[in-house]
Amino acid sequence: MEDAKVNNKTGQTTLVALTGNEAVATAMRQINPDVVAAYPITPQTSLMQKFADFAAAGLVDTEIILVESEHSAMSACVGSAAAGVRTMTATSANGLALMWEIVYIAASSRLPIVMPVVNRALSGPINIHCDHSDTMGCRDSSWIQIYSENSQEAYDNTIQAIRIAEHANVLLPVMVTLDGFIISHSIESVHVYEDAKVKEFIGEYKPHNPLLDLNNPVTFGPLDLYDYYFEHKRQQSEAMKNSKRVIEDIGRLFGQTFGTVYDLIETYRLEDADECIVVLGSTAGTAKEVVDALRGQGRKVGLLKIRVFRPFPETEIIDALRGVKVVGVLDRSEGFSAVGGPVYQEIRAALCARHDISIVNYIYGLGGRDIGIADITKVFDELSAIRKAEKPITSRVDYVGVRE
Amino acid sequence: MSETEQLKGWKEIPIGGLILAPGNAREYKTGGWRTFKPVHHMDKCIHCLQCWMHCPDSAIKVEGGKFIAFNYDACKGCGICAKICPKKVQAITMEKEEK
Repeated sequence: MEDAKVNNKTGQTTLVALTGNEAVATAMRQINPDVVAAYPITPQTSLMQKFADFAAAGLVDTEIILVESEHSAMSACVGSAAAGVRTMTATSANGLALMWEIVYIAASSRLPIVMPVVNRALSGPINIHCDHSDTMGCRDSSWIQIYSENSQEAYDNTIQAIRIAEHANVLLPVMVTLDGFIISHSIESVHVYEDAKVKEFIGEYKPHNPLLDLNNPVTFGPLDLYDYYFEHKRQQSEAMKNSKRVIEDIGRLFGQTFGTVYDLIETYRLEDADECIVVLGSTAGTAKEVVDALRGQGRKVGLLKIRVFRPFPETEIIDALRGVKVVGVLDRSEGFSAVGGPVYQEIRAALCARHDISIVNYIYGLGGRDIGIADITKVFDELSAIRKAEKPITSRVDYVGVRE
Repeated sequence: MSETEQLKGWKEIPIGGLILAPGNAREYKTGGWRTFKPVHHMDKCIHCLQCWMHCPDSAIKVEGGKFIAFNYDACKGCGICAKICPKKVQAITMEKEEK
């Protein structure tokens, strides 16, 4: 089960079989946050359960606050982060929905809370399986959003999120997402870094204007009307813009320390591709398999994975898709805008100056509906038909895997 | 907020709506909220101080048991003083605030 290897740069890395939730809980153990306030909700429950095990075993110094709802969980996190300590929580779907009010308050109070969100479909009808309707719903809340493809990324992203959130040019909360059950409950091999190396990487927390600095009293959350509210929102916009560079820098530093470099986006066999799928989360892994298979048949296809959805890496996406002729954007949530899902709309807006490209949208995987090799191959076939003008675009928004 | 205070730009203020100086509520002039202002007529006033007792903002200055003045920086113009002033006296009237 455990296979230790020693790397000169990273120190000892241990290959461990972990579920996504266990991987994130392991990252949290190594981060050793001062306060964690959380409420159980499927499929996040086993994440916090594992972390509570670590706390019970005395492996962390964390004060775990057991609350009566997610609204209280995020409220406790706001209090704790404002007090000036490293604070984390985790949730899913309706739990995130119940936090809603305080999710915005955490961001606008500029509190660097880190929250893994195990993606699950929002009710109703009630469903516990994966889609992105929960986190996509709060894409405009001024939280940084990092989507993970697998357990390793969920673990790595959680560690990086601490440094990103706490960076002086950012000071925004960060959501690290992992697909419910698909990542959270599947066992994968995860490289776990040395505790000391992780501790060194995230560094000591230096809070910004902490409430408990009694020599410098501050007020958090005062009334802020038409004379200053707008200026505070303008500051948040700036922080979100600043965070792009910080996320890139920390992704590079992470690579130097642990061996895997992270960027805002990831391109896969995209250099000379005619057709490209844009996707985020675990489906990127399946799509890479399809790209390999189709490349084997001589087809010029590629993949663009969006790792960071907020801030939206517009210029990087424009660059990455420079030579592409047809783009299929896969959305694991339906925005009900009647003109396509949230990722599709952002991609279309980013490419609005391109008149030589066709962009279509595929809504897929709602409520945990499986998406496989055959589904993604079919999407690539359609993109190819669009490029060869064999298939006219009758509807820009289509649905993969739904029964007619 | 006094009307003459220069409002600061987004780069000049603490982030997150934080207030970094303690005890600054007294700098906030709630008098700017008024649409009607109470006007005191000293010739009618019997110094019963009912207005002083009822003013929710402690905006009435009293010295030696006598009404002295309104503190218009604090007075929000609620009109309680005019209402409580005895009918036979009517030493306080509410007048429309004019710029």
